[in-house]
Amino acid sequence: MSERQIQLEVLRYNPETDSEPRYQTYSVPCLNEWVVLDALNYVKDNLDPTLSYRWSCHMAVCGSCGMMINGEPKLACKAFIHEYTDQIRVDPMANFPIERDLVTSVEDFIAKLASVKPYLIPKEDKPISAGEFKQTPAELKKFKQYTLCINCMLCYAACPQYGLVPEFLGPAAISMAHRYNQDSRDGGRDQRQEVIATDTGVWECSFVGACSEVCPKHVDPAGALQQVKVASTIDWYKEHLMPWMKK
Amino acid sequence: MNKPYVRPLSKTSWFLTQPRYKRYMAREVTCLFIFAYTFLLIMGLKRLAEGPDAFNAFVQALGSPLGVLFNLSVLIAAVYHSTTWFNVTPQAMPIQRGEEFVPGKIIIGAHYALWAVVSLIVLILGV
Ligand code: SF4
Ligand code: FES
Repeated sequence: MSERQIQLEVLRYNPETDSEPRYQTYSVPCLNEWVVLDALNYVKDNLDPTLSYRWSCHMAVCGSCGMMINGEPKLACKAFIHEYTDQIRVDPMANFPIERDLVTSVEDFIAKLASVKPYLIPKEDKPISAGEFKQTPAELKKFKQYTLCINCMLCYAACPQYGLVPEFLGPAAISMAHRYNQDSRDGGRDQRQEVIATDTGVWECSFVGACSEVCPKHVDPAGALQQVKVASTIDWYKEHLMPWMKK
Repeated sequence: MNKPYVRPLSKTSWFLTQPRYKRYMAREVTCLFIFAYTFLLIMGLKRLAEGPDAFNAFVQALGSPLGVLFNLSVLIAAVYHSTTWFNVTPQAMPIQRGEEFVPGKIIIGAHYALWAVVSLIVLILGV
């Protein structure tokens, strides 16, 4: 196991004493097998216990360790030291307010996610005794990819539109709405359209595509948003040009 | 204590901060060329309405070095613009056949094929 001395430059911000953030550099002896999260844990355990950041699973599942690593939105537990030079810069996720050090405010995202009703709204109610709602493998495949989202918010950190217009509902929330809209068991599309087919919803997206490039779970949120645009446009034509087609 | 710090973001130069933002801007800027070309076509119509002399002068101007340069730059911009959009069509319009999704390459390829066919028809009708 080879060891490397890494200069870890971390953006620090203490709301109690600082008026603005500043960088602090730690010299960390890193094993080549490490990820950036290991280096941060080394700092916290051995050099500076005041350093704040979020993490939990250390295996790209919980979605809590998102940060900017050399300016790129990454999961710290999936960013391998051997892919970097001896100088690594770590910032809190872009486009989010900083609470403390690498910890950002997530309230905005949580509220947006909740607003799209990210749960099954069954087409028809049926008693439990009537059995399960069945689904074919093809019907499952239609939305499976979107279920892989871990709510890490890296797509928001990558999205310039979200940075410029904070009201934008954003990639993950709209993708999650799309996930349920695509589900053969679901009947909640009309309710979700009221939230997502709006100016601060999907029409705020100009398809920069950055969200899909940084998504660690290959959800392809940009694709989901374009599909929502196509479907919403078809709705509009149906409503205005073919009113007799109304459901 | 809760005193979140909001980092400033430049409204005018944000796209210089990331190569992928620059690529995005390049795609967006090329549509200005297409706008300019549309304007040129409308000008052509106007000249046509003004009579044969005006139209011939218009066509002659198109053949001048400046006219050729303009057309060439619009062509390059239009090709770049179209290819960037063709390449993302599988994301916007996935096609599911049975259980599997049709591979993106096929959807992109179909767009290029259609493009070639339409160009060929225009070429044949044009000469
Ligand atoms: S879509 Fe991808 S980048 Fe966005 S929150 Fe979900 S997993 Fe993270
Ligand atoms: S620690 Fe859970 S995703 Fe990185």
